[in-house]
Amino acid sequence: MPRILIATLLAGSCALAGCASKAPKELPEQPVSVTPQGQATGTPGSGGAERTIIPGSNADFLQQLRGRNVIFFDTDKFDIDSADSASLRAQAEWLLRYPSKRATIEGHCDERGTRDYNIALGERRANAAKNYLVSLGIDAGRLATVSHGKERPVALGSNEQAWSQNRRAATITID
Amino acid sequence: MILRLAAVVLLALGSIPAAAQQVESEAPSVAIEGEAPAAGPLRVTVTDVSAWQDLGIAIPAFATPANASTPAHLDGTGALGQELARVITADLRNNGLFRPIGPDALPRPPFPEITSPAWSTWDSRGTEMLVHGFVRAERDGRLTVGCYLYDIALTEELVREGWVVQPADWRRAAHKCADLIYSRLSGESPFFDSKIAYIAETGPKDNRIKRLAIMDSDGANHRFITNGQATALTPRYSPDYQSIVYLSYLNGNPRIYIYDIGTGQQRLVAQNNNPTFAPRWSPDGRWILYSMAVGGNTDIYRVPASGGQSERLTDTPGIDVGGSYSPDGSRIVFESDRSGSQQVYVMNADGSNQRRITFFGGRSATPEWSPRGDQVAFTHISGSFRVAVMSPDGRNLRHLTDSWQDEAPTWAPNGRIIQFFRTTRNSGETSLWQVDLTGRNERRLPTPVGASDPAWGPVLP
Repeated sequence: MPRILIATLLAGSCALAGCASKAPKELPEQPVSVTPQGQATGTPGSGGAERTIIPGSNADFLQQLRGRNVIFFDTDKFDIDSADSASLRAQAEWLLRYPSKRATIEGHCDERGTRDYNIALGERRANAAKNYLVSLGIDAGRLATVSHGKERPVALGSNEQAWSQNRRAATITID
Repeated sequence: MILRLAAVVLLALGSIPAAAQQVESEAPSVAIEGEAPAAGPLRVTVTDVSAWQDLGIAIPAFATPANASTPAHLDGTGALGQELARVITADLRNNGLFRPIGPDALPRPPFPEITSPAWSTWDSRGTEMLVHGFVRAERDGRLTVGCYLYDIALTEELVREGWVVQPADWRRAAHKCADLIYSRLSGESPFFDSKIAYIAETGPKDNRIKRLAIMDSDGANHRFITNGQATALTPRYSPDYQSIVYLSYLNGNPRIYIYDIGTGQQRLVAQNNNPTFAPRWSPDGRWILYSMAVGGNTDIYRVPASGGQSERLTDTPGIDVGGSYSPDGSRIVFESDRSGSQQVYVMNADGSNQRRITFFGGRSATPEWSPRGDQVAFTHISGSFRVAVMSPDGRNLRHLTDSWQDEAPTWAPNGRIIQFFRTTRNSGETSLWQVDLTGRNERRLPTPVGASDPAWGPVLP
């Protein structure tokens, strides 16, 4: 569920910042400082009564990245722009800090594409993110990709704002 | 397991059905004339169906020589005769074909009249055609179903045929009869006795459960194949209906599997670690086309359906995806964004001579070659998503639907009707629809839950 939480936060910020053609240009600060409760909600496998975040866990990754584990794309595009590269640099920093950790990059599309093509496009987006991380020094063997095409939207409307949030590549680290 | 219908030749006009001697053929085909439609006196072009669309057809209950118990109906063959006529009526009516009048509004002809209609009963009802039939339980439990089409004005029989079926397959006999009527009156090839594979959808948009499902062409005999734990997408029936090729996220990644309907077993089509998707059969069932992404670059491959080495057919930067064989298997129509956006291309079956055929503006996707070979159906994306057809050379664009998002056309086995799925804006709810080539007869197919990715199989032998 971490992806959904993050997207909801971004959706709110989008309304405040005004949405450009490409989703969240500026990554928002979390509306509240990260509390143990907040992290636990967004973190599978971080259960346990204490709800402490283990350094190097996916929960830690999500906390450190503050939304930058997701990058966004223009319609039918898969290129990495400056906002994306800032996010990917932050991801790479974390991955360099925890060199034994592996990650999966999930590529996604909005609903306004045909199914087969969107699987290919989602794969392309995930690979664009992966290649950028590799260019920053992350071993390609640590990074897997999976495309979900248009099967896993996080924003549910049928409008440009929702679509801009669904055209994304989300990095998840493997605990 | 598909049980074959044994063909029965109903003997000469005038003999009562009870006396007809059945000759069971070992051949899988039914005793119907070849598919050359020229013999039909009412043959018309697809853009002018009105000549035969208005034909009234009376379809009274099928008679039975003696009410006999059968697993096909609780109340025996008498009640089954009524159901047979209802199924035939529904087939024709739901597809906007002719003006059928079903058994519930008609007198029931007694058994001896099946081969000798009481014309005075039928000539004042405003219908031009009359269907009679019978059903008889055989000693081995199977059912013999006879189907007769008469021209009321001419007081003449136009065609007759019979089938021996297992009780569980009784609906197939009705579909065969509907096919016989349709073929004789329209001059077109049959399509009712066929099946559809599709994806059943349940749950909210952000947590949609997608299951592989199958049903008859009229929605009956519905069955879920997968349990929904792994997302299933884009099924295609094998030409012999023995298996279904489809995409599953079974192990977290998109991969193509061949599911064997008889055994319930499935296997991977291509053994490697890359995502594979968009599977399609060759018309002879020997090959499977699929798309594979390597390092973000997607190309089209083919692999023997029995397993073996894959062969790459496209080799351009970008996304080459989908693909659909021409009926003779010599060419493949597919989709590529090598020009910068999704467009439709044609190549030879070995990958040679690739050329773009769509220059309409907008994007053109999901091409499917008609089983007749004369048209390609596809999704035209230009603002909205519309199902359209064109000639295989890219000329003669015609839009058949006009909604917010219609996509993924699949052809009826006779190449005269197209099914597709429609997505509802915002809710993301999906449903199966079909439309004929005039674009005028559009209807929603009943499915138990949401539905997408239809794939229409061939006519059963």
